[in-house]
Amino acid sequence: MKFEVNGEELDATVLPGQVLRTVLRENERYEVKKGCDAGDCGACSVLVDDQPVHSCIYPAHRLEGKHVTTVAGLGSPEHPHPMQQRFSDAAGLQCGFCTAGMVVTASTFTDEQIADGTDLPRLLKGNLCRCTGYRAIRDAIYGVTNTEVAPAGDSAGRSTKAPAGMRVVTGREQYTLDFTTPTKTLHLAVLKSPHSHARITSIDTTAAEAMEGVHVVFTHRDSPATLFSTGRHENRTDDPDDTLVLDPVLRFRGQRVAAVVADTVRQAELALAAVVVEYEVLPAVFDPALAREPGAPLVHGEKGPESRISDPSRNVVAQMHGETGDVDAALAASAATVEGTWQTQRITHAALETHATRGWIDDDGRLVLRTSTQVPFLVRDEICHIFGLPTDRVRVFAARVGGGFGGKQELLTEDLVTMAVLRTGRSVQYEFTREDEFTIAPPRHPMRVGVKVGATAGGILTALAVDELMDTGAYGNHGIGVMFHSVHESISVYRAPNKRVDAESVYTNNLPSGAFRGYGLGQVIFAVESALDELARKLDIDPFELRRRNVVVPGDHMTVVDPNEESDLLFGSYGLDQCLDLVQNALAGPPPADSGSLIGATPVPTGDQWAFGTGMAMAMIATMPPRGHFADTTVALNADGTYTIGVGTAEFGNGTTTVHGQLTATVLGTTPDRIVIEQSDTDVARYDTGAFGSAGVVVAGKALYAAAQKLKIAMIARAQAIVTGVGDPAQDPGVPVSTDLGLVDVALTPEGVLMPAGAWGPGRVVSAAELLAHGELRADGSHDGTPRSVAFNVHGFSVAVDRNTGEVRILRSVQAADAGTVLNPEQLRGQVEGGTAQAIGTALYEEMMLDGAGQVTTTAFRNYRTPKFSDLPVTEVLFAATHDDLGPLGAKSMSEAPYNPVAPALANAVRDAIGVRPHELPMSRDRLWRLLQA
Amino acid sequence: MDLIDVHEIRVARTRDDIVLGESVRPLGGGTWLFSEPQPPEHTGFVDLTALGWTPIETTADHLVVSATCTIRELTDFALDPEWPAQRLFRQCAESLLMSFKIWNLATVGGNVATALPAGAMTSLLAGLGARAVIWGAEGRERGILVSDLVTGVRAIDLLLDEVIRSFEIPLTSLRSRTAFRRISLSNLGRSAAVVIGRVDATGECVITVTAATPRPVQLRFDSVPEAGELSDALSGYSDWYSDPHGAPDWRRAVSMRFAEEIRAELSAGTDSSTDTDSSTGTDTHTGSDA
Ligand SMILES: Cc1cc2nc3c(=O)[nH]c(=O)nc-3n(C[C@H](O)[C@H](O)[C@H](O)COP(=O)(O)OP(=O)(O)OC[C@H]3O[C@@H](n4cnc5c(N)ncnc54)[C@H](O)[C@@H]3O)c2cc1C
Ligand code: FES
Ligand code: FES
Repeated sequence: MKFEVNGEELDATVLPGQVLRTVLRENERYEVKKGCDAGDCGACSVLVDDQPVHSCIYPAHRLEGKHVTTVAGLGSPEHPHPMQQRFSDAAGLQCGFCTAGMVVTASTFTDEQIADGTDLPRLLKGNLCRCTGYRAIRDAIYGVTNTEVAPAGDSAGRSTKAPAGMRVVTGREQYTLDFTTPTKTLHLAVLKSPHSHARITSIDTTAAEAMEGVHVVFTHRDSPATLFSTGRHENRTDDPDDTLVLDPVLRFRGQRVAAVVADTVRQAELALAAVVVEYEVLPAVFDPALAREPGAPLVHGEKGPESRISDPSRNVVAQMHGETGDVDAALAASAATVEGTWQTQRITHAALETHATRGWIDDDGRLVLRTSTQVPFLVRDEICHIFGLPTDRVRVFAARVGGGFGGKQELLTEDLVTMAVLRTGRSVQYEFTREDEFTIAPPRHPMRVGVKVGATAGGILTALAVDELMDTGAYGNHGIGVMFHSVHESISVYRAPNKRVDAESVYTNNLPSGAFRGYGLGQVIFAVESALDELARKLDIDPFELRRRNVVVPGDHMTVVDPNEESDLLFGSYGLDQCLDLVQNALAGPPPADSGSLIGATPVPTGDQWAFGTGMAMAMIATMPPRGHFADTTVALNADGTYTIGVGTAEFGNGTTTVHGQLTATVLGTTPDRIVIEQSDTDVARYDTGAFGSAGVVVAGKALYAAAQKLKIAMIARAQAIVTGVGDPAQDPGVPVSTDLGLVDVALTPEGVLMPAGAWGPGRVVSAAELLAHGELRADGSHDGTPRSVAFNVHGFSVAVDRNTGEVRILRSVQAADAGTVLNPEQLRGQVEGGTAQAIGTALYEEMMLDGAGQVTTTAFRNYRTPKFSDLPVTEVLFAATHDDLGPLGAKSMSEAPYNPVAPALANAVRDAIGVRPHELPMSRDRLWRLLQA
Repeated sequence: MDLIDVHEIRVARTRDDIVLGESVRPLGGGTWLFSEPQPPEHTGFVDLTALGWTPIETTADHLVVSATCTIRELTDFALDPEWPAQRLFRQCAESLLMSFKIWNLATVGGNVATALPAGAMTSLLAGLGARAVIWGAEGRERGILVSDLVTGVRAIDLLLDEVIRSFEIPLTSLRSRTAFRRISLSNLGRSAAVVIGRVDATGECVITVTAATPRPVQLRFDSVPEAGELSDALSGYSDWYSDPHGAPDWRRAVSMRFAEEIRAELSAGTDSSTDTDSSTGTDTHTGSDA
């Protein structure tokens, strides 16, 4: 069939049942993305004869003679389409996986539609962005410039652009599967368990193996016997070893039963139906409260201590019980107490790029995995552990990753691909569908959190107790780490002489839960901050004031339940006081012009049915994950005066790459565009624990900063030796050199090292080429992730609630963040907005539903309310003025943190409006309506 | 998404090409068919979109909308000042979760045939008392009211060899006064309740509830009813739909409230579509009035 793509004629084979998106990608038009494959997300948008369509639901048999335009056809980095330039200038992207579709769609908007703006919610209802919260996308469409070009040596603290921005907006940037392997790639599909708990009694793959195109079918008989955990951490023993690549026991619906490798996805999927399996169905348990009762079916009952499961005989993977003082006595003696139980739901990360891996054998015979991961080194190490491979025989890397939010700190596709590549010797790909993301990728842990809190009449906390039960699902992965983290900063942020924690992370036959932005804190903070709000009401104390009286301040011990616990957690800086003031003052004052609605003036609804309220909540978070987080980085000078940095951490919209460029450029007196970044590859850096716990700036960034400082000294030393003739220009730059020649005016410039005039002659620039003539100049820098500091976020809302329908309308959303030195204001604002957006989704809309028997019933975006443009307000973002002693240039991390205070702040505002306390998320319209009926 | 079990797509050029059966199903715009995995037994499709059916035609008594008319074509159809009810076209189209890009492909017939409670073309056509013209094999033809054609969630009163040819909207309906309300759990989300009220020249008042119920529920009154009469009629209904887009008790409550609001609006005799909140782009109470 002949048709045109971006002006070029294409003569392509189109199979019946194929959609346009598949045909385009098969013909290497990788700029066309696959976010949902169902018409819901818009990432695949293209123009067909100038009409925008979702190419994933456009039947390809209609293509004859058509003209298709993709984002790459709209413009190029050299000649961008005006809308591409706008997205770049406005910083209208984070991970950028939605961007191709956004740009294509927005390119069809008329000037009137843009000038008016009020139709944007409708025009963008078919385009989901999980990262930005849409404000920056709106700015892009309006043509607002939010970025700036930094002068040499002065980029830290400025809103410079993401280095890949122009490539992303023109469709040139590669994501995980956006490339062609030299040899034809095979595809892997998985047969999933139809039962929540069963044992495979027989499995026959002969018929499937005989089918057209099928290369191999794997079953549990082929699986390595090594137990592992899909959750990945610096110390592999932090997570329970309870998982096999293929297990004869199936513990949740959707678990892998068999895997087929075939020439095409279609052949692999068709062959699944030919695998004949018999099951012995086992009793199952779905309610975590029942799962720990005596007599409940045991999910991992047979596992021994080597699996590191706290109590397999009670389905408890982790537990913590501790008390300081006497909570019950203190509560009994308190002037006011509050007690309640709060429940949170499962949330899918909804990263627009699904989990995917392609693997092959490289020319050196090494296994290579290109995967959508936040943690390439941890994946490599665990793959080596499972398959008994030496680490130098495996390379793992990530191209740009289309969103993570914790979901890609998990090994979900890499192991099967490894198995298939090792067996076939071929290139093999395994890509999750969106349905897989909903049904087998670990979502956020649902939690039931009981809180008891007491205070004196003066509002001084006397006791704080938390009783937490979390459903970790059929496998433990992050179920230990999340539990311990969830009760840490949420509780240690408050001073109370009496504290108690009872927390249990419990196996069920539901799908496994996993790491999600905030790593457990958000669920507990929702409960604790709701309880504190209620306490403030009882005591008739302003909720900000109640916080001020009880939060930790520098000098305090950050106690969970052991006031003498030794910890590497310090107050490297403290901005909580400022954050509380900033939000309180903002809410008390008039709204700024850009607040409330994304599209102009915020209407305050009128009518008796509307109830109005305000609410706030706060959150503390450690700036790095505990128990070690390591980064080894390098900075090298290139002959053309640019620098190449090697860093292991991944870029998935978190923006750390931008900051890495800024930090390096600032030290080396150059501009960020002269920094070449090699990243997220086990070949380009010695090691990096990975991009989680918001570590990209404070760990890898700090390591890079140190490396750049070392390189600077080495460059100056060599320039001096060259110009003055004193010293050895070829001296090993790794050895610290004295720069004390009294040369105060030595400076690094983009052209080279600027030496002043002196006894040796006139001043001059020693170019990079000249410096490198005496040998390479490369420095390394490392950081071990300790000690750690704390960061703070305070959120405030004012809302209107429709008592008739349960609708919540956000009139103002204000967040103050204590991020230390702000290295890139626009990006940081984007992180706060994105975290807030995701949390508003959690608070009001999103809910993965299960049928009570382990079956997920929300299997597509259309049944799951990922916030759209029409669902979100402008969030006013304010920064505390602090400088952290520990972070690079005084910066702290700020990726996970903004998510945490949002849901309770919104719940507190709703409570203020309607007079009834919500205890359950999401506060969907039907739930709030029902609360109002009681 | 690719439909892996499909071996053949036949593009029909004439009526004779429409040969259907257990395994060969009609293909409209394809926007629903390609958006979800389909039963493996559906191995072939007959594409109806190249039959050249005129999207919209006016006859003496009807506005005839062909099944292959796209939602885009329906909303682009010029507004006729004689037809106040025509604004429902846009209100209903906006009630679909799908984006304007999908409007370019999705057909009116495909939406009705998909038979989702949130099928806003079903809401529209049922609300306007439209009749579907059904074509069967060997030149058979029959008519059925759209409100009867959709019999449940994903269930439609069509034989295996039948397709929807067109919808006949009585011009008397288009001349009616109408009122419209909808809600979903998020602003522009999948409809949880769509209620349409219509009063025609004879004074007859029809209230049509969709999205909140598995199939269209229609209440007919000789004239705009009293509040009690309406709520009695609706409270007798009990089969409120439950899915991730709203709990049944809430759907019942908002539907009853909307019905009452519509009743009040229609009995006030004004022909307004109060647009309480279009400035936020939300449409929880009323569709934006195009
Ligand atoms: C993102 C998205 C959002 C959506 N939101 C909504 C929504 O809010 N509400 C809603 O109801 N639907 C929604 N849909 C599904 C919707 O029904 C379809 O997208 C669209 O209206 C179907 O039209 P189509 O022409 O594309 O039908 P197709 O996909 O071609 O066909 C749909 C079904 O109708 C049958 N069919 C098509 N034409 C005929 C005919 N003339 N006679 C008999 N049978 C026929 C087909 O065999 C098939 O079973 C959504 C879809 C997407 C992708
Ligand atoms: S991939 Fe096509 S709409 Fe999501
Ligand atoms: S930038 Fe929009 S999804 Fe990541």
